[in-house]
Amino acid sequence: MSAVLEISGLNKSFGGIKATDDLNLSVETGELHAVIGPNGAGKTTLISQLTGMQKPDSGRIRFKGRDITGMAPYARAHLGIARSFQITSLILEMSVLDNIALALQAREGHSFRFIRPAHSLTHLRSEALALLDRVGLADKAEQPTVALSHGEHRHMEIAIALGAQAELMLLDEPMAGLGIEESAQMVELLRDIKGKHSILLIEHDMDAVFALADRISVLVYGHIIATGTPDEIRGNEAVQHAYLGEE
Amino acid sequence: MTSMTRRGWMTVAVMALLAILPPVFYLTGNPFYLDLATRLSILGIAAVSLNLILGYGGLVSFGHAAFVGLGAYAVGIPAHHWLYGGMDFLATTSGLVQIPLAVAVCALFALVTGAVCLRTKGVYFIMITMAFAQMIYYLIVSIEEYGGDDGLVIDTRSELPFVNLDNPLQLFGFSYVALLVAMGLVRMITRSRFGMVLKGAKGNEERMVTLGFNVYAYRLTAYVISGAMCGFAGALLGNFTTFISPEMMDWSRSGELMFMVILGGAATTLGPILGSIAFIVVEEILSSFTIYWHLPFGLMLMAVVLYARGGLVGLLRGRGEDAE
Repeated sequence: MSAVLEISGLNKSFGGIKATDDLNLSVETGELHAVIGPNGAGKTTLISQLTGMQKPDSGRIRFKGRDITGMAPYARAHLGIARSFQITSLILEMSVLDNIALALQAREGHSFRFIRPAHSLTHLRSEALALLDRVGLADKAEQPTVALSHGEHRHMEIAIALGAQAELMLLDEPMAGLGIEESAQMVELLRDIKGKHSILLIEHDMDAVFALADRISVLVYGHIIATGTPDEIRGNEAVQHAYLGEE
Repeated sequence: MTSMTRRGWMTVAVMALLAILPPVFYLTGNPFYLDLATRLSILGIAAVSLNLILGYGGLVSFGHAAFVGLGAYAVGIPAHHWLYGGMDFLATTSGLVQIPLAVAVCALFALVTGAVCLRTKGVYFIMITMAFAQMIYYLIVSIEEYGGDDGLVIDTRSELPFVNLDNPLQLFGFSYVALLVAMGLVRMITRSRFGMVLKGAKGNEERMVTLGFNVYAYRLTAYVISGAMCGFAGALLGNFTTFISPEMMDWSRSGELMFMVILGGAATTLGPILGSIAFIVVEEILSSFTIYWHLPFGLMLMAVVLYARGGLVGLLRGRGEDAE
């Protein structure tokens, strides 16, 4: 196995607060690597730096051996990095199908195409519908996104990440705000995806993380204090002290 | 294509009335109404162009009158030199030179200023678009050769094959057809893949960037298209009024264009036209009673924004029809 994502010596401060502190992490090809950590540990800041929405103060991010630290966010997407958002980040005024179709459209290179109506492009429509079917939302395709429930929005996020056919998926708390049943559905969905893509999963839901992850890294105050298999993490004293012990 | 929506029929009806009524008035001895309809069509094109970026793109440009003014001066300055000499390379009355010049100048102005403005967001975008428009305003004011503050009389209209713009009926026809084309273009663009990106970026910019869209480049392209289209409207306006002045690009003019779009219904095909109609009608009626006609107009806008979400078009919307 080789690393699809390598993060080395990453630092990011906001004023006096170190949100990311000499962070080192790698995601192997095909693995599901979970990052856990208490609130405010800097999990979302880490994702933002990986997608390029925030610039690190120092350190390197490599994707498939290529340095992408300073690369524009949209260009990273073209290399094969997709992201789902912790706070549902959909285009609410568009239909469910349009949201997914846009993700597929992004994959086709540029969209400086002015003439044909987007709705007439059957290959995009049918593939988007297939993705919605996969996440169990096919019957809601024509509804405005704003009309769907929070849980359904979370599933749309996954469908969009899938639609990008990205080698690396950055999933930012896909379980956030889900009920027990919805969480179980989401775990099933992620289990289904696992192995087909490399995944960096940021998650609060311990049951989900220990059920899904190949490896887990524990982030505390912006620094990774331990990385290992779920069993190793369970048995790690520093982790228990810093994190699990509080629960 | 599914059957036409109620809004679709409304659009056809309004545009048909706009095509038929003014010539009828003209031929029955009321030329004033034809002039009104010509002005309406021209302002309509400007509003349609603004709607592309404001309505569909969510980019509140407060400087669109600059494009109207630049377009008008691109007609007036060559005509001025043709009549009074100087700048021989520019002197012409040919519309086939003047109108493309207006479009090109405005596209270039949009490209340069848009490249800067689109680096900013929200209120800053509004302010910087207005600032650029005011720069052009003061630049024109400062050029004595072209009348400075007083403006410039264009004694000769653009000469075009097949169309005589000195004929009021033909000038109206030309403006009206141009309006239809502008509406059709914006409708086509906003339904295309490009339009989906533009609308998506309005809804959620970060999502679009994360998907891999260079949102900035798409917005800049839309801004240039909008500016060029608005420059065309300016070229027509110069021909219509035969008098151009910096006042055409005053910031309050930009505000009026915004009124038209928002009052009529942003991000709709018919909205900017309804807004222009409302603006022209209210302006004509109220200004015959009082010079303070802007006040009731402002109140009307407030009422529409507060109570008819989606503008005048929203009032016409049938149940279950979305904003497309």
